[in-house]
Amino acid sequence: MMRLPNFRFVAPTSVHQAAELLAASSGDTMLVAGGTDLLPNMKRRQQAPGTLVGVRHIAELRAISSGDGVTIGAGLTLTDVIRLRQGFGGQAREAYGALWQAAAQVATPQLRNMGTLGGNLCLDTRCNYYDQNYEWRKAIDFCMKKDGETCWVAPSSPKCVAVSSTDTAPALLALGASVTLVSANGTRQIALSDMYRNDGIHYLTRQRSEILTSVHVPRLDGWRSVYWKLRRRGAFDFPVLSVAAAAKIAKDGTVEAARIVLGAVASRPVEAPAEAIAALVGRPLTDDLISEVAERAAQPSRPLDNTDFTLVWRKRMTKFFVSYALKELRGDDMRARRLKVSRQELL
Amino acid sequence: MVQITLTVNGEPVDVAVAPYKTLLEVLREDLNLCGTKHGCELGECGACAVLLDGQPVLSCLVLGVDCGGRAVTTVEGLASDGRLHPLQETFADLGAAQCGYCTPGFLVTAKALLDEHPRPTRDHIRDALSGNLCRCTGYQQIYEAVEAAIAKGSR
Ligand SMILES: Cc1cc2nc3c(=O)[nH]c(=O)nc-3n(C[C@H](O)[C@H](O)[C@H](O)COP(=O)(O)OP(=O)(O)OC[C@H]3O[C@@H](n4cnc5c(N)ncnc54)[C@H](O)[C@@H]3O)c2cc1C
Ligand code: SF4
Ligand code: FES
Ligand code: FES
Repeated sequence: MMRLPNFRFVAPTSVHQAAELLAASSGDTMLVAGGTDLLPNMKRRQQAPGTLVGVRHIAELRAISSGDGVTIGAGLTLTDVIRLRQGFGGQAREAYGALWQAAAQVATPQLRNMGTLGGNLCLDTRCNYYDQNYEWRKAIDFCMKKDGETCWVAPSSPKCVAVSSTDTAPALLALGASVTLVSANGTRQIALSDMYRNDGIHYLTRQRSEILTSVHVPRLDGWRSVYWKLRRRGAFDFPVLSVAAAAKIAKDGTVEAARIVLGAVASRPVEAPAEAIAALVGRPLTDDLISEVAERAAQPSRPLDNTDFTLVWRKRMTKFFVSYALKELRGDDMRARRLKVSRQELL
Repeated sequence: MVQITLTVNGEPVDVAVAPYKTLLEVLREDLNLCGTKHGCELGECGACAVLLDGQPVLSCLVLGVDCGGRAVTTVEGLASDGRLHPLQETFADLGAAQCGYCTPGFLVTAKALLDEHPRPTRDHIRDALSGNLCRCTGYQQIYEAVEAAIAKGSR
């Protein structure tokens, strides 16, 4: 049996109340939304908050509004996010493709009914030496991320290199999303990219007293976006490499603007180098250009030996995944390839 | 202990739950409903699936204290008026249950699918059941049993 440790549970009904509870706490209070990341971690004693603030009863966190783009409540489940694609007109469905494709590839149907967008964006970083039960971790004398001092992946590393494993964050970065964070002291809106840090322990710039209330995706007229994920099985598994790509392509096929983001290759989602994007803009997506850009965009991919599959292979696959994403943006029929590498049909 | 009232298989139930107990533990230990199975406890198998307000979820990752006012359907609630649900009949008839450990999770998840889409395609069935592991059947009999239940006019 893996029981949860004991804790106090409170269920506020407004963001304001939740913010007051976080402000009044001594620091061992955590938010819980779907619980699908936090509760397994608590069972393994990776996290042991004294108080849990459940956000399920906060209606404000489930609001959706559109106007200049779309604002999505952080408390909506991933199933809700996938359903949103039916609400978007044809153009938005294409433009926001990366978001629903990413949400649809998270975990399993049951977990998508439970897990929220906010929880997915704040997902704890993962590592083979960390996502283990207490006895296992104790047997290796723990590690720097929890209860220990050494990083067993990179013993000379001064910082933890646990992997950013969220599927929706790379997708939303490719869409240029921003997030709203609310605390008892006020509200701030920041670019989603600025919420992440390349540090396996301090992977978020979000303060402990802040609640992620909503995600704003700008209007993307004429854009398309896609999300590609590498994992062993067609369900359950976290990404061990992912590529989100978005582009605005003119009628004559010329790329006018683009963003490419790599997931699960560092402790934060990684934007492709500016020169990779510069090489794309103003040119049509020919096979030659795609191979050239894929090579450049894959440069920052430096996976380490702390997830499934060998790191050499994961690194080598990066450029192929970028090229699959760019080909899908070009309009190629990539369904057979997608089924082969992701083992899931996107229905 | 926190006193909550929830609906289990159509009947209101009052129960005092310890905050650290998951819905799985509340069902099995406090309400003696052992049909829902206890597998990995970490969201990695689907054996503990139940319907919460009609949607399939993993009871090993739901806090019992957060279930006040909600409606839970477990495998015990599938039969009605002493008659098995068509899915239960076809699972038994077509060898979709071998050791049976995964069966309650598959049954409630398949029921939710058929409640929402009375005529799903094979791809749709496979996708809806992709969060349930089975070590015995190889899945084929399970998909066939769901299709046979549809043919029987399951609802
Ligand atoms: C078997 C399994 C497979 C999985 N596979 C994947 C996968 O393939 N891809 C993937 O991305 N994820 C995966 N997950 C992780 C998880 O299910 C999802 O990331 C889910 O979206 C997390 O959301 P949640 O609401 O359940 O988060 P919770 O567990 O409730 O919270 C996660 C973290 O976010 C914080 N938090 C939650 N809401 C807020 C908020 N509004 N403001 C600020 N902080 C907040 C919590 O304090 C906690 O630290 C998997 C989980 C399991 C158990
Ligand atoms: S990367 Fe190192 S410090 Fe971080 S969780 Fe893994 S072993 Fe621990
Ligand atoms: S016991 Fe809940 S998913 Fe395995
Ligand atoms: S019948 Fe044995 S695990 Fe499915």
